[in-house]
Amino acid sequence: MNRIDNIDSIADRYDLVIVGAGPAGLAAAAEANQLGLTTLLADENISPGGQIYRAITTTPVKRRSVLGSAYWEGLALVHDLEKSVVDYTARTVVWSVEPALDDTGKLIEPTHFEVGLSQTGKARLIRARRLILATGAIERPVPVPGWTLPGVMTAGAAQIALKSSGLVPEGRTIIAGSGPLLLLLADQLKRSGANIVAVLETTPRGNFTAALPQLADFLCSTYALYGLKLLAKSRFSLPMRRKVSGLSIVGSDCVQRIDFNDNGISRSIECDHVLLHHGIIPNINMASALGCELFWDESVHAWTPVVDDWLESSVAGIGIAGDGAGIAGAPSAAVRGKMAAIAAAAALGRIDVASRNTMSRPLKKQAVRLARGRAFIDRLFCPTQPMLRPTDPSTIICRCEEVRAQQIRDVVNDLNVQGPNQLKAYLRTGMGPCQGRMCGSSIIELIAEQRGVPVHEVGHLHLRMPIKPITLEEIASMPQSQAAKNAVMR
Amino acid sequence: MFRPISRQLSQATDQPSNPLDLIIEFTFDGRLMRARNGDTLAASLLANGVNAFRRTSISGTERGPYCLMGVCFDCLVVVDGIGNRQACLTPVRQGMVVEPQRGARTVDALENTDQ
Ligand code: FES
Repeated sequence: MNRIDNIDSIADRYDLVIVGAGPAGLAAAAEANQLGLTTLLADENISPGGQIYRAITTTPVKRRSVLGSAYWEGLALVHDLEKSVVDYTARTVVWSVEPALDDTGKLIEPTHFEVGLSQTGKARLIRARRLILATGAIERPVPVPGWTLPGVMTAGAAQIALKSSGLVPEGRTIIAGSGPLLLLLADQLKRSGANIVAVLETTPRGNFTAALPQLADFLCSTYALYGLKLLAKSRFSLPMRRKVSGLSIVGSDCVQRIDFNDNGISRSIECDHVLLHHGIIPNINMASALGCELFWDESVHAWTPVVDDWLESSVAGIGIAGDGAGIAGAPSAAVRGKMAAIAAAAALGRIDVASRNTMSRPLKKQAVRLARGRAFIDRLFCPTQPMLRPTDPSTIICRCEEVRAQQIRDVVNDLNVQGPNQLKAYLRTGMGPCQGRMCGSSIIELIAEQRGVPVHEVGHLHLRMPIKPITLEEIASMPQSQAAKNAVMR
Repeated sequence: MFRPISRQLSQATDQPSNPLDLIIEFTFDGRLMRARNGDTLAASLLANGVNAFRRTSISGTERGPYCLMGVCFDCLVVVDGIGNRQACLTPVRQGMVVEPQRGARTVDALENTDQ
């Protein structure tokens, strides 16, 4: 691996640019290198690993049992990358990807992409024949009253603090929500010495019944043993409260307590931290900005990019691997990363179709095996409408622009708003710095509710480049192509 | 507020001391803070008992980091005079001067930074 710390040392051209150094990106980079592609792996974090293997090369938590063996499996992926000659650039944001034009403004043949990078306040445009988006997942944002108070974080954030810095929340901590990570994190934090005063499980009763038909498949899967152990352990060692609803976090400057409905009884618990978790959904921002086709995946209740058997999106030359193309966990992400790299090598003519097929056959089998049990987990933790459509009118939905549930409901009704892109013009939802990452999935719920249609009919936010904030100064100081000058000069 | 897990839990028995554990100093809002070299600014601030990093530009209420992975933009701070930095993606450095981001930028504030 060739670690690049200065943006000027990144080459002008690559066969392949991979966005994101989690399991999918790491595996794709090492494989692409083996197949002879010049490859750039660009990642916005300080060190490789993505979120699941966050800080795996630098974590101060050296005792392996604390973060668990599933975490340390990631080391093999980083070692493969280190052995390669891939250009790896950390702290680098990919803020735009567009088809490249020649000086007369025509598309270059064969297709190239112009990739906008920014590192420590300096921007560059480089070119790539193909891209693999390995941008992973985000935690599903589920607005509850008080979720913007300092002291409220996602469960994933607390896990990141533990992995990368060996930190645990100090004071009375409550973990609330629904999803496989809930118990895992509660157990991990408790073993790390945190004071967990309650775990508030919001998975509704009906979900288990609905998931039952998938139970047999789950029990044969790689998750089963681990999941059941955790469940058994939680009964004895964690302060669990199950099937709670109506979470509401209260405090003036920071968290003071959480109110909730405990099977019909209103309760409240005083606390210093609330860690929320409602499962994870694909991070679709870059795919959406590139115009890749998305489909509504009801099993996880989220928009997901459409990819073909070779993990190519609807935009030729753009592959999507890992959880960003459908949630299936880290081992599956690595397998899919490899497959995407093999497909890229074939598309660029470095290997023939027969070798592509032979190389990917075992990987496809692995991907199928790793997907086992997923349907049960997805169904069990599928969020229900009352969770996603906050009834408290003052709940903040758009954190950046501080737009509340009632405002959205009113505007949708009064102005007959059909979708999130129209609402943006009225309420600025999706126009703050997070560019709709935090509100996009809730806004479509509220619009669907008011219009009385299913969520997928409402559509999704269309993102525009730049997909990460970049200063005008950075853009202005970039060398401009003749085509770009021609576009604005008369 | 966050605190380090016990040494006993973090240490592998055969591990020599890690250069990343070196302690560095920086300031936040004029207060001196100590940090583990290699940490993100967001983690360092949390470990120093800072929960609120900024005030929003709409209502001016306090916010702190929510996702720690670059998604929510609630960790924005001013680092060495440059605003809108995501503390969760910025490594802390010796001598860094960090200020909370107070609401939206105003013309006055811009003039002051120019001087
Ligand atoms: S804490 Fe969410 S972007 Fe930094």
